[in-house]
Amino acid sequence: MKAAVILLPGLNRDRDMIAALTDIAGEPPLTIWQTETSIPDDIELIVIPGGFSYGDYLRCGAIAARMPVMKAVREKAENGTRVIGVCNGFQILVESGMLPGALMRNSSLKFVCREVELEIANNKTVFTSAYAQGQIIRCPVAHHDGNYFADAATLDLIEANGQVVLRYANGTNPNGSVNDIAGIVNKAGNVLGLMPHPENLITAAHGGTDGRALFESALGLVDA
Amino acid sequence: MIKARVTVTLKNGVLDPQGKAIEHALGGLGFSGVGQVRQGKVFDVVLETADRAQAEAELKAMGEKLLANTVIEDFAVEVE
Repeated sequence: MKAAVILLPGLNRDRDMIAALTDIAGEPPLTIWQTETSIPDDIELIVIPGGFSYGDYLRCGAIAARMPVMKAVREKAENGTRVIGVCNGFQILVESGMLPGALMRNSSLKFVCREVELEIANNKTVFTSAYAQGQIIRCPVAHHDGNYFADAATLDLIEANGQVVLRYANGTNPNGSVNDIAGIVNKAGNVLGLMPHPENLITAAHGGTDGRALFESALGLVDA
Repeated sequence: MIKARVTVTLKNGVLDPQGKAIEHALGGLGFSGVGQVRQGKVFDVVLETADRAQAEAELKAMGEKLLANTVIEDFAVEVE
């Protein structure tokens, strides 16, 4: 499965993401600059990495979400292409309306940079099929605005639909997210947004490989 | 030319940790009568048009498309 990484000014986790995808897929992903208006047909997985696009001006991800490339990402997603947004990438996906809810300032008002535990709340998605339902994995987080919010009606809907895919486990919620939500998918299940950084836990040199299966699932390298 | 101000505030019921921190800080400074503080944003926009109705419509569209995240925020438009 061919992967592409979207590049925007101010992102700083793009190199980590490219290294992770290269390691897992065996070939480097295509990189696509923000001003591009189309994404090649053979791309089946699009990844928006983390960082601080446009310096987080206005709101995190707000300006990036309105750049030309996001129109192309949306069109691809509507046709079934898999999309993953990590951290700022998640913020961009909610700002673009491709995922429900919003990400607000951490309830502690502090930037958090540490390891948390994540529960696989739904392993029946193309992103989590290589994990067991309820499995607890380790994952680093690093963000200031990861406090997931959705109004009560939206929350009921995404919980009922199984769109909550990852939750902070064992009291490790670092940001005050409602229902301990760390990652969600869209209704169709082909767009994933998550605050933690699985790309930073994929080789033994990182101190663990818990994040690897997420990309292996997304790239179709493992049987569910 | 038309000058306008767009004010963006968090919707009622949405937790505002920054507003809370400011509220506590005001208490710490001795302002004892502060019941609640909600933080927002102000955008002063100058439009190169004389058509007030058109300006108001455009400002409303700006609020909806970019200036506010309507999932969590409300906005108000004031034209001078």
